[in-house]
Amino acid sequence: MVVVGASLGGLRAADALVRAGYDGEVTLIGEEPHYPYNRPPLSKEALVAEHDFEKIRLRSSAKADAYRVMLGTRVERVDLSRGELYLADGSSRGFDGLIAASGLRSRALGIPKPPGGILSLRSYDDLLSLRAQLGGVTKVVIIGAGFIGCELAASLTTLGLQVTVIAPEEVPMLRPLGHDLGAAIQHRHERHGVHFALERLPVAIEGGLRPSAVICDDGSRYEAQLVIEAVGSTTNVEWLQDNGLDLTDGVACNEKLQFAGHPNCFAVGDIARFPNLLFDGVARRVEHWGIAVDSGRHAGKALASVLRSNEPVQEFRPMPAFWSDQFDLRIQSFGMPGLVQDSASIRVIEGDLADEVAVGYYREEILVGVVLLGMAQSHNKYRKILADNLG
Amino acid sequence: MKVVVDLNKCSDHGQCVYSAPEIFSLDDRGELSFRALAKDVYRSGELDESLRDSVEEAADICPMQAIEIED
Ligand SMILES: Cc1cc2nc3c(=O)[nH]c(=O)nc-3n(C[C@H](O)[C@H](O)[C@H](O)COP(=O)(O)OP(=O)(O)OC[C@H]3O[C@@H](n4cnc5c(N)ncnc54)[C@H](O)[C@@H]3O)c2cc1C
Ligand code: SF4
Repeated sequence: MVVVGASLGGLRAADALVRAGYDGEVTLIGEEPHYPYNRPPLSKEALVAEHDFEKIRLRSSAKADAYRVMLGTRVERVDLSRGELYLADGSSRGFDGLIAASGLRSRALGIPKPPGGILSLRSYDDLLSLRAQLGGVTKVVIIGAGFIGCELAASLTTLGLQVTVIAPEEVPMLRPLGHDLGAAIQHRHERHGVHFALERLPVAIEGGLRPSAVICDDGSRYEAQLVIEAVGSTTNVEWLQDNGLDLTDGVACNEKLQFAGHPNCFAVGDIARFPNLLFDGVARRVEHWGIAVDSGRHAGKALASVLRSNEPVQEFRPMPAFWSDQFDLRIQSFGMPGLVQDSASIRVIEGDLADEVAVGYYREEILVGVVLLGMAQSHNKYRKILADNLG
Repeated sequence: MKVVVDLNKCSDHGQCVYSAPEIFSLDDRGELSFRALAKDVYRSGELDESLRDSVEEAADICPMQAIEIED
């Protein structure tokens, strides 16, 4: 049994395989040199409080010798019909069951950049590069106003830097949260001193070994000694090519997370594109920490039962949950608020956008998502209301 | 089996409450209720083996990885 990708989803899948009593050999293979670690702190407390690796290392429920972990090992290619995996060092490995957990990498803008390059943040090594370059920096530009861009803006402002966020949208986090909530969070950032340069696109980054300025399509120019790109990501699916799979935007799976036509192959975490029947039959990728955990656990258990006895596999119907910490603000989301784009269908349920608030997202008048700013004592209540609505 | 929660790591996400409501709960301010019982580290008494699955799930799902299981 092989699990490709040694991060959150892969680790939880390997743990679950062992826990389900699978007694064959399990190998967890990952390209990064590090033991699986937790990514959310990279843009938050691990940056602000300079956590060392031990603080973000993931815990595992399995005994140290329960399965083999091969780090610093890239899988180049797989042949699903032969059940053979080909590694970067030229060796190969046979398997009866496969779990794909290869996640995402940062996307890069195709615009002129300084010879010394600019930064992005997906991995622990990226965090080390960022920390190493902070010395002497006073001004930072972050390109992209999604969750990671906004978390970085908050963390770097907390560290005393002057931060400008450049993005094409009218408000930060527009697509996942909608206009009004995005605007409300923007105001909190501005109160802490973050500057937003919105509705414009960067066209070039000037500089030498270090960047010096970002130029935008409206002619505006922002000086910075540090530029971080946070413009989304690309799926790590190249190794799965030439097997007749649908790899447009992640690996297409059924509602049980199996690859179409391959009942002993599963995808988990950020690369899995699956229908969540709690909502509808449309396959989507969900880039949430909690989904990587839940899908890893589901796939490990399911694969163990497929191999053992061909027992029927259960559907994967998770309740998505996502959080983000920005300054003293905890943003907590349940369900799929991103399904709703029409602002008339996004309404305050309780509280006030300028303070603590619960916002509901309705699709054809059915509640499909709730986002809370603060309201810690009401998380449980709204998660339950949503679960009851979804049936 | 005992559960040990590092209260300095915990940031009151409450995910553990959905997985193992028999053990974890949040108080009316939305903070993990063990905070009233310990300052840095909360260590439970001996727990029944029948709770293992839900405790493992809670430890897996804790975003801060603040929950450890001691045997
Ligand atoms: C900075 C940051 C902050 C985040 N904050 C939050 C948050 O606050 N809340 C939240 O819900 N989510 C957050 N997330 C998202 C969350 O971390 C992801 O959903 C989660 O990491 C997905 O796990 P995964 O195992 O699917 O993929 P990944 O974590 O992307 O891991 C994939 C692994 O596979 C390896 N790999 C890829 N290709 C190969 C190959 N060919 N051979 C071998 N190995 C390979 C990669 O090197 C990598 O280690 C954040 C993510 C980042 C980057
Ligand atoms: S899930 Fe973890 S962080 Fe959240 S309350 Fe429980 S122990 Fe604390």
